[in-house]
Amino acid sequence: MVDDTGKQRCIKYRKRILQLSLKLGALHIAPAFSCLEIIDAIYHKLMRHDGNFPPEFLDTFILSKGHGALAQYVVLESLGILPESELNNLCTPTGKLGGHPDYGVPGIEASTGSLGHGLPIALGMAFADKALGIDRKVYLVMSDGEMQEGSVWESMLIAPNLGVDNLMVIVDQNDFQVLDRVSKINPNFYPILDKIRAFGWGVVEVDGHHSESICHATRLKAIQRPLMVIAKTVKGKGVSFMENSSIWNFRSPSREGYELAIKELDGGLK
Amino acid sequence: MRDAFAKVLYQLARSNPKIFIVVADISPAASMAPFQEEFPNRFINVGVAEQSMIGMCAGMAMRGLKVFAYTIAAFAAYRPFEQIRDDLCYQNIPVTVVGVGGGVAYSTLGGTHHAQEDIAVLSALPNMTIIAPCDPLETKAATLACSQLKTPVYLRLGKSGEPILTAGALEPFKFGKLRYLQKGNDVCILSYGPITKMAFEVAGKLEQMQRTVSIISVHTLKPLDKSGIIETLKTHSRVIVIEEHSEQGGLAAQVKQIAWEGEANCLLLTFSLKDKFIHIYGFPQDIWKAHGLSCDDIFRKISTTYLRGRM
Repeated sequence: MVDDTGKQRCIKYRKRILQLSLKLGALHIAPAFSCLEIIDAIYHKLMRHDGNFPPEFLDTFILSKGHGALAQYVVLESLGILPESELNNLCTPTGKLGGHPDYGVPGIEASTGSLGHGLPIALGMAFADKALGIDRKVYLVMSDGEMQEGSVWESMLIAPNLGVDNLMVIVDQNDFQVLDRVSKINPNFYPILDKIRAFGWGVVEVDGHHSESICHATRLKAIQRPLMVIAKTVKGKGVSFMENSSIWNFRSPSREGYELAIKELDGGLK
Repeated sequence: MRDAFAKVLYQLARSNPKIFIVVADISPAASMAPFQEEFPNRFINVGVAEQSMIGMCAGMAMRGLKVFAYTIAAFAAYRPFEQIRDDLCYQNIPVTVVGVGGGVAYSTLGGTHHAQEDIAVLSALPNMTIIAPCDPLETKAATLACSQLKTPVYLRLGKSGEPILTAGALEPFKFGKLRYLQKGNDVCILSYGPITKMAFEVAGKLEQMQRTVSIISVHTLKPLDKSGIIETLKTHSRVIVIEEHSEQGGLAAQVKQIAWEGEANCLLLTFSLKDKFIHIYGFPQDIWKAHGLSCDDIFRKISTTYLRGRM
């Protein structure tokens, strides 16, 4: 598709997100930075497509952590699915793109934003594909904070019963929610891996900023079971002053902060 | 009514391989058996997990399946409210959410099992369609309509043992339209759901007073047939609403609004469940009565208006 390595693409995505943030007072930058390598890997390496530009995907991707929308938008832009002008009009009355993915926008398969909705929808899609005999995979990205929602646990219990080995869930485990670290609010939640395994899923843990590891893990096929990849990530990854800091969940940098961040990204992803 | 639903669903499923039903551990068991036996892969019990039931149905419908979600009305409407709002209505996905035992049909099980404000909360959602048939025959027609609609639907059913009220109806079921079950010139009773049988009892008493009575099944609560209601307000001197739903946001409140906007001249009397949780058990009629809904109470109020010589 596009001749560019994942690492270079992710630097470009981060710079693009920062550029967009200059126009808007507040954006979910840090939650987008934590899942960029994951979403890039899903679109550029994992999902099957028709080979055209822009590509038509055979597989489906849903971003259940809808507040990571910027990450999805910039990847869709890189694929030519969303035009540059649309991103430039982000969150304005003349544009189509808002702070969360909206069904009907090119490349967006479900409206998310309220947490815990993506997994049941993805499960329904994966089940329907199986029932209809369609060879299609459903990729879902949710966050570890999101997993506090009861609907996630319901669906984690149901999914293995339905034999949906075409459902691939990648957890962006950045260990942050709005007010604090997830591990501080719910220390017993970790390690996540054991709990998912106990629910009957195939499960594997990877470095969520290492594209090859993400792809390798996600390509593992659990026999007649859904697969969950726990991707350990850093909230705000790539810009040191944004990393692992609650305040950057929903904030845009100042002009000076922006310059500093761009400089750091130009120096290469750490 | 649940048996009528299950029978129609089975018939539909035989000709349409895309019909699926997802239940949350509640099913019209005996009448659902043929469906389950013939299409075991199209009957999914997600367990006690209403939120996932609705979310899954959304995902299945987004893949082109024709999906019905089914559980007790209170659990269908309230627990997964946000999934109904975001996954079905916001995205406008055609899934039918079937609520069995709407109103106070689970009359011995207490308020947790009552859906007395379900229509109010679900009516508030854009894109939502709400249908509440009055008897098993109308349930069949309503279920057929649900399978053809392109929007989310809440199908509010009674439970079991409801009498047939529409065998002699003047008009067939037509989605989105008032349905005259009988026509008179003096009083018009608007009702929906199983409590419509009370409309017939009240009509019988009024007929003994030499009044002729129209009875209308307002089976489609959203979109409501406003022009039809305006017409009935014009053609009858007394219009009565009887409903098994809270006075907040049900049919009564809407008819009052339509009457005001349409500058209606008739006398309008409404009989709804009170805006109260009443801790009482028994038959549905016992709970209706506790809310002031009985044939005698309603007849007394209507006949008083005649005794006072109004109109």
